[in-house]
Amino acid sequence: MLEAVVFWSLSTVAVAAGIAVFVVDSMARATYALAVSFVAVGLALLLVELDYVGLVTVLMMVMEMAVMAVYMIMFMGMNPALMPMSMVHGHRTAIVAGVGSFVLLAAGALLVPWPQRRSQPAPDATVALGDALMGSKMLVMMTVSPVMLATIIAGVTLASARTRYDRLGDDLDRRTPDDPQRGGVGR
Amino acid sequence: MAEVVVQVAPAWALLAALLTATVALGGAGLDGVLAARLGGRPARAGAATPITETARLLRQRRRTTLAADKPLWRIGVGGLGVVALLMVAVVPLGRWTLLDLPVGVVWFNAMDVMVWALVWLAGWGPNAVHSLVGGYRFLAQALAYELPLMFALTAPAVAAESLRLADVVAAQQGLWFVVWMPVAFGVYCLSVVGFSVWGPLAPAAGADIAGGVLSELSGPDRLLLLAGRYALLTAGAAFAVPMFLGGGAGPLLPGWAWVLIKTLLLVAALVAVRRRLPSLRPDRFVEVGWLVLLPAVLLQVLIVAVVAVMGG
Repeated sequence: MLEAVVFWSLSTVAVAAGIAVFVVDSMARATYALAVSFVAVGLALLLVELDYVGLVTVLMMVMEMAVMAVYMIMFMGMNPALMPMSMVHGHRTAIVAGVGSFVLLAAGALLVPWPQRRSQPAPDATVALGDALMGSKMLVMMTVSPVMLATIIAGVTLASARTRYDRLGDDLDRRTPDDPQRGGVGR
Repeated sequence: MAEVVVQVAPAWALLAALLTATVALGGAGLDGVLAARLGGRPARAGAATPITETARLLRQRRRTTLAADKPLWRIGVGGLGVVALLMVAVVPLGRWTLLDLPVGVVWFNAMDVMVWALVWLAGWGPNAVHSLVGGYRFLAQALAYELPLMFALTAPAVAAESLRLADVVAAQQGLWFVVWMPVAFGVYCLSVVGFSVWGPLAPAAGADIAGGVLSELSGPDRLLLLAGRYALLTAGAAFAVPMFLGGGAGPLLPGWAWVLIKTLLLVAALVAVRRRLPSLRPDRFVEVGWLVLLPAVLLQVLIVAVVAVMGG
């Protein structure tokens, strides 16, 4: 009973906050409405005893949205609190795509004949998850991590205007790098 | 002797809130005394500072700014205290805990990330330059301390082979984690100072930007944010007790008393640090965080992991 009440309240909050993202007229509100939506989803995961996944969802999404708000406002180059702006673009396409994918996923969830559970659920879902990630799938994880790291480094290198030659000279022999801003460890 | 931790009824949350508020008030009083000593005023007047400030702020009229984003502003200002209480909820007080989560450590981590959003919102809300600069400063600083903090929290969890706080406490029966994980403990304390916008890590509320996130706050709003900072300091110190300081372990007194004593001592230490260290600029501190703190704490986790594997 209590579980049902909590589930439906969290679901309502998640959906309402999701709708608010497109209704509000400021970047900051849209970003944090999305954060609230994700937090509600993360907390709902606690109900199915996926404690770790649920809390990590909350953690990652709040952090992500905090950083995203900075970028959104930086790229808009203005203060949306003073200049209200619409949070939608490509309105019709977006509605069709959104409603279409929702119907598809919801229909899938409701219509697929889900198999009956044959085994008992794991006593500790966190341990089971760690085992799944670090046990048989360890090779995949160990391959994916370097690829992801390489992608990040490549992306930053391509995006950065200043290269090591700007910092350390044409022969890379400058003792202290020539940075526009000094760092905190004596450079 | 491994103590069993039992989860108590939710109504006890009131007592937890009361205890947190009392310790936070103690911290504020100590800060007042230290400020009075520096200013050459009597210590007793300093100790009463939090009370007199509360009375003054409660009667102050609220300042309004043009086109302020009021809902977000209020959420940011009021949320800090709430987050602090949610942190305290997983800390076992001797034998009792409010929330016996199997992933208590991750819970604390998720709550401290909430502070990112809240401080930025408090800075964003009033639609004022200095306030917004303060909010951005906090995010830059948070990017510097958060990853070291995450790995500092990992170390005790690895040693205890559990994310449940009761297990972490039980794993310290022989030796407190602070003794053989000093780097993790140091980084943890620095991060507590960081997410409490306190002392050396308070440029988000710095005097050079007219108080930053505090600059447009007045009346009860200002009181909430100032109290929230002390509450976060308290929650951070309280969480360090089960993680690094052996929980309720100690001679003679019962477990709950030791948890309180250790929390009080750590809060006092953190409060005392405020006027002893210079302010760390976020843009420089980022480099310190990533080039010094992160490798140091990773090395600490490596050592802990090796010990845990060898010992296990």
